[in-house]
Amino acid sequence: MKAKVYVTLKNGVLDPQGRAICHALESLGFGEAQDVRQGKFIELELADGTSEARIEEMCRKLLANTVIENYRIEIA
Amino acid sequence: MKSAVIVFPGSNCDRDMAVALREVTGRAPAMVWHRETALPDVDVIALPGGFSYGDYLRTGAISAQSPIMAAVKRAAEQGRFVLGVCNGFQVLTETGLLPGALMRNAGLDFVCRDVPLTVENTQTAFTSAYTAGETIRIPVAHHDGNYFADATTLDRIEGEGRVVFRYAEDVNGAQRRIAGIVNETGNVLGMMPHPERAIEAAQGGTDGRRLFEGLVQAFVDA
Repeated sequence: MKAKVYVTLKNGVLDPQGRAICHALESLGFGEAQDVRQGKFIELELADGTSEARIEEMCRKLLANTVIENYRIEIA
Repeated sequence: MKSAVIVFPGSNCDRDMAVALREVTGRAPAMVWHRETALPDVDVIALPGGFSYGDYLRTGAISAQSPIMAAVKRAAEQGRFVLGVCNGFQVLTETGLLPGALMRNAGLDFVCRDVPLTVENTQTAFTSAYTAGETIRIPVAHHDGNYFADATTLDRIEGEGRVVFRYAEDVNGAQRRIAGIVNETGNVLGMMPHPERAIEAAQGGTDGRRLFEGLVQAFVDA
């Protein structure tokens, strides 16, 4: 089975990389870009039957730093 | 005073740290590879700067899961001194030994220069050889030194005197210009600036030397 994990910065945590991307889009003429937040996408190949609780544990222990990041799990 | 330096794949300030410890304590530290599961009998454990595991995932994230870190955690809980510099600070926040996180510098630049620091608290073994409120100059060299914690945590650590070093000017966007913090019991220090790169005049300054001298003194006094 496969699982997808999206790791994003929490609201209120400044994202200097996202801001730099936003400025670059603006200077390319994409004035529509008002704000950009950058995150991570992690694809996991897992043994069949792996529970969502186990994936949660992976997120909390390693994949995300919950001081600054949120995570979302999608099981394919 | 006996010391150890933990070496991760990608550490690059481990030898500078070893030289500083040898110069000031008079004994060469034990160099401990991250795959080890036990520490030698030492009083001070240093986590050096560098780019352990290539900063993959997040700075310090993979190293924080290294076998040796379980032993470092236990040693910290037993009151041994732990000093994390730069990448070592990032590892300490990732293991949860220190609160907060270190994010990409606000200006996105790698900052590599001497910076002025204010010594905010001299009541720790690490800072006892400094004068409270003194401004010292220590080099920084990092891309991810932008200290972040939520407002409640920041108020708490400030209120408890746990912010021991503060940048005297904005360096990397760190919240409240925090450059170095200690844990609740004062035996674990994490800091972005490199005191081991300022121990003799030939390095351009000696303000880092007193950090190590303070530690040595803690054992003379004990």
